Amino acid sequence: MALCVRSLHYSGFSRQILKTTAVFSKRHISERVSSKSEPRSAPQTADHVLYTQEHFALKDSLRKIIDQEINPYVDEWEEKGQFPAHRIFKILGSAGFLGVNKPVEYGGLGLDFSYSVAVAEELGSINCGGIPMAIGVQSDMATPALARFGSAELKKEFLLPSIMGDKVACLGVSEVGAGSDVASIKTKAVRKGDEFVINGGKMWTTTGSQADWMCLLANTSDGPPHKNKSLICLPMDLPGIHIARKINKLGMWSSDTAEVFFDDVRVPCKNVIGEEGMGFTYQMLQFQEERMWGVANILTTMEKIIQETINYTRERKIFHQPVLHHQVVHFRLAELQTEIELLRSLLYRCTALYIKGNDVTKLASMAKLKGGRLARELGDGCLQYWGGMGFTSDVLVSRFYRDSRLMSIGAGADEVMLSIICKYMDTLPKK
Amino acid sequence: MAARVLVGVKRVIDYAVKIRVKPDNTGVVTDGVKHSMNPFCEIAVEEAVRLKEKKLVKEVVAVSCGPQQVQETIRTALAMGADRGIHVEVSGKDYDTLGPLQVSKILAALAKKEEASLVILGKQAIDDDCNQTGQMTAALLDWPQGTFASEVTIDGDKIKVIREIDGGLETIKINMPAVVTADLRLNTPRYATLPNIMKAKKKKIASVKPGELGVDLTSRLEVLRVEEPAQRQAGVKVETVEDLVGKLKEAGRI
Repeated sequence: MALCVRSLHYSGFSRQILKTTAVFSKRHISERVSSKSEPRSAPQTADHVLYTQEHFALKDSLRKIIDQEINPYVDEWEEKGQFPAHRIFKILGSAGFLGVNKPVEYGGLGLDFSYSVAVAEELGSINCGGIPMAIGVQSDMATPALARFGSAELKKEFLLPSIMGDKVACLGVSEVGAGSDVASIKTKAVRKGDEFVINGGKMWTTTGSQADWMCLLANTSDGPPHKNKSLICLPMDLPGIHIARKINKLGMWSSDTAEVFFDDVRVPCKNVIGEEGMGFTYQMLQFQEERMWGVANILTTMEKIIQETINYTRERKIFHQPVLHHQVVHFRLAELQTEIELLRSLLYRCTALYIKGNDVTKLASMAKLKGGRLARELGDGCLQYWGGMGFTSDVLVSRFYRDSRLMSIGAGADEVMLSIICKYMDTLPKK
Repeated sequence: MAARVLVGVKRVIDYAVKIRVKPDNTGVVTDGVKHSMNPFCEIAVEEAVRLKEKKLVKEVVAVSCGPQQVQETIRTALAMGADRGIHVEVSGKDYDTLGPLQVSKILAALAKKEEASLVILGKQAIDDDCNQTGQMTAALLDWPQGTFASEVTIDGDKIKVIREIDGGLETIKINMPAVVTADLRLNTPRYATLPNIMKAKKKKIASVKPGELGVDLTSRLEVLRVEEPAQRQAGVKVETVEDLVGKLKEAGRI
């Protein structure tokens, strides 16, 4: 055993080896238990269930970018209510992190979704929720349908620069009157010659005030609501597009969220992605990926919060001993960490099945449901142990508490996830 | 044009990790602790890759000594642009006692074997802070050395090195082949991009044992004890200069 070998060397005197080894090996074992309480640090290249050495190399490199180009500025951008999307996306795009599973012909890497999950996980080490969310929109929400179904011309104009980080994308799906109920959106694109004239508006547009183009879902005909919508690549500098306001939110402050209006906006018909009328279907197809991405991202953040809570409660004393030494505290953190590992296992299982070509809608929806709820439970539980400090804006846990509340609402609310699961369980009442 | 550059890279405990001394005081805790490439080695790799991009060298070879895990460090160098890697297998007891003398013997042997014209290393490693390997390697090879480099310019078969020294900057011109060690301001290392990380998978890492290079790893040093630095004690405030002198006398300091 390597530890014994080490002690053999350092003890130096051969006569004492036999005596000291027994003592050293005992002490080494007990110390090993506590030394492993360090946060997930060493990449376990040998035995990971999903990741290879390349995944870990990817995470290391992305981590460097986050540590140098993003985290030092997060507090400033949160205060400002916006992060510099063009600058950050250019850095990430140049390093290849925005097109991980996108086609190679357009600057992507053509890798499978497990690499996207690795990127999502590593982005969780950013000290806020807003920036990873905006990156996720750029890499895995506004672009998948375009990558799969768009014409070569469209891909060259919109996909390639988005992957390279030269153009900032946003997603225009939700409206003031339609969030969970995507089919009832009202934005209309009426054909006039070889153009569409668009009227309506979109809500909750992440990065909307900085975006160069929008992946817009609009009604392009009068037909059944699931068959009359199309996805359109909409340049954001066209006349008639108004960024009505930047929305003030409870959290995700560094991500600018806009309400957008369309007033007779004209866009060429060739800007439709794929087939007209298939927009709803296309959008649905990418939800599995969106959901897994969100879970991967929040897992890392949750672990960070647990570790910070451990560090804080170890230093902070209450009634003459560290807060951490009170059983309810370390037991509760152990419970939460257990839940994180369970969710991680579900995510990896989901990802592994997905890259083999399976439909993982049920599992992905379950993971997203759990992710949102666990984040709330964890944020609330950990914040309690920070006491008064947890209530201030000086600590990460209070930002997490605010930012993570969105997960049960956006990208598919909990109730929508539950409906999907019930559909697979065949328990939904028939209409 | 110089043909080959050898770059040494060391796997060390990541700079951001809080170091803990093992309870038996024989060393620091390394199990389960995050490791990465020594920051000065990253700068060395970056410089070598830039020389290749400027077409001043033909090939960059990354070398690391240690157990299986150091291959990750070599792969990082490959992802930054090195062409191939050499893993010098050292493990167990030998790895624990591996120090600048042994590594410089290995690097000297490899520099000769690979017919390198330039060896670039980080000025020191952040775990032991020895700042010896570059100097020893040059001495063993009887090559000139340009240490603490903050700027390196190749001019034919000579190298101009601007060195960071206590008094400021010193400019020297040395003949090739030579050893250069990188200081902090030499360059800013690039991020390993994802395309290059994937390309690095195909680059070769050759394995070699120190014995094959004729190197004896026996250490001449023995670590007796490792301790944390003493905790800083609270000070005492005094009212007058006389009090201060009195207290110093009391403490036996004067």
